[in-house]
Amino acid sequence: MSEERYRRTFLRRFMRNRPALVGGAFIVLMGAIILLTPVIMPYSYEEQNLEEQYQSPSLKHWMGTDSKGRDLMTRVFYGGRISLAIGLAGAVVSLIIGVAYGSVAGFAGGKTDNIMMRIVDILYGLPFLFFVILVMTIVGRSLLVLFIALGVVEWLTMARIVRGQMIMLKEQEFVEAARALGASNSRIIVRHLLPNMMGPIIVYATLTVPAVMLEEAFLSFLGLGVQPPASSWGSLAADGMIHITPVRTVWWLVVFPGAALASTLFALNFLGDGLRDALEA
Amino acid sequence: MAIGQSLTAYILRRCAWLIIVLFVIATASFFLMRFAPGGPFDKERNLPEAIEKNLRAKYNLDKSLGMQYVIYMGNLVRGDLGPSFKYRNRSVNEIIAQSFPISLTLGLYALSLAFIVGVSAGTIAAVKKHTAVDFATMSVAMLGISLPSFFIGLILLLIFCFKLPLFPAAGWGSPGQMVLPILSLAAPFTAYIARLMRASMLDVLSQPYIRTARAKGLSEFKVVLRHAMKNAITPVVSFMGPAAAAVLTGSVVIEKTFAIPGLGTHFVNAALNRDYTLVMGTVLLYSFLLVVFNLAVDIIYSFIDPRVRM
Repeated sequence: MSEERYRRTFLRRFMRNRPALVGGAFIVLMGAIILLTPVIMPYSYEEQNLEEQYQSPSLKHWMGTDSKGRDLMTRVFYGGRISLAIGLAGAVVSLIIGVAYGSVAGFAGGKTDNIMMRIVDILYGLPFLFFVILVMTIVGRSLLVLFIALGVVEWLTMARIVRGQMIMLKEQEFVEAARALGASNSRIIVRHLLPNMMGPIIVYATLTVPAVMLEEAFLSFLGLGVQPPASSWGSLAADGMIHITPVRTVWWLVVFPGAALASTLFALNFLGDGLRDALEA
Repeated sequence: MAIGQSLTAYILRRCAWLIIVLFVIATASFFLMRFAPGGPFDKERNLPEAIEKNLRAKYNLDKSLGMQYVIYMGNLVRGDLGPSFKYRNRSVNEIIAQSFPISLTLGLYALSLAFIVGVSAGTIAAVKKHTAVDFATMSVAMLGISLPSFFIGLILLLIFCFKLPLFPAAGWGSPGQMVLPILSLAAPFTAYIARLMRASMLDVLSQPYIRTARAKGLSEFKVVLRHAMKNAITPVVSFMGPAAAAVLTGSVVIEKTFAIPGLGTHFVNAALNRDYTLVMGTVLLYSFLLVVFNLAVDIIYSFIDPRVRM
């Protein structure tokens, strides 16, 4: 199949998948709102109004206000910036590690491949998030550490996918041709092999974004992730939970941040699944 | 896996790997801890010198790094995880012995529930493929995968503890206290297993041997449960290893949401308070359990699917 036809088939299949399209549209919309928050929201992130504590959702504050009278909707959108940024950064870090590791293992083959994949198998069974917590306990809880640590957790599947592709492609004639022309191993990997597996790599990276966001929410919910004054959807939900008591069920403080996170993850999963199906079918 | 390798040799080799893995984890975390900025007694800098000296001696911090490592590893081999840095008079072993059974119960119930419900739901969805039942099951499953378990927990908490006070909101012990945490911990895995099971069952049901079974005149019930199930369940079984890891991790969040005094709660508090030995002990325990569990899953797998047997 020619490159052009292949691309068109992929697009056509993807366009037929309605949930994936809706998911994609939702992500674009959410991204736009999050980027434009400072322009479109009448309140600022830290603006306190102690006369309006714990207001339930109203026309003035669509998602209500928190314990310091801050507008929750504004905070949810600002939190989304951090959640999405960590998701994207984590996906990029996992992509770099996974692609590098997988290409080396797959290209080298034989004993090296065996040992490298055995290590991946072992790492799969280990409680990775606990290691992240261990590292964050030691080096401190900063955003930068979080960005890197979460990417480091998620590279295993990417490594497996890239290795599989590598093994499949490395025996093909164009690799032989490149070698005959005197190309070095690293040039063959970077210029000839990797461009031929961009499809699976991009699809899996899309699915990594929600996975990393979920882990960030997990850590932030425990108080081990994003630290105040910054906030993410996970830490907003955790903050909200503290204020819920039998006498004062301020449900909106957990429901809105949680729903923002859940709907975004939902959309990203549909989008990623749709891309994968369009590529594989 | 080499062909012709005996099961015993395989298990022995895996056990050797297990020891190496644990040794590497223990060593790496020991040195990470020791090079960490800030000691465990930082908040009490103004202690009299003699007391601080005694404290340092008690926790072996006055010895050389190599000596500390030898002492730590020696104790570890004997199963002693050392004293807690925060709870002065308690050892890590005591804290784990007290709180781990709670987390274990929670995790085992959640894992069993996820397995039973997930396998049943996935099978039903596959048998009734492209019907409303299938669509409904898979939509709920997609929701279950996307919702963070703490969010499910918080929603259940808001509805069933605060709006309709059917269950107590916190604690552990009575059956009423266990329902909501188990449900919210199991939800994501149930969803994942259901999706896995549906895909795998659909695959198996399209195979020729199933057509043969049907042609023999077997009831659909027998075809699915006696013939298809055996093959269709293998991906779910191999998912149980990673699932156990995820359940242990997820349990931490659920314990916080429902204020359950399990090991997860202690672990998070230890991480927040920089209680190095407790954090490290918990990580080691969880790693150990998971490596053992994965080994068990692999052995079971080689029994139900002889094709992969060495």
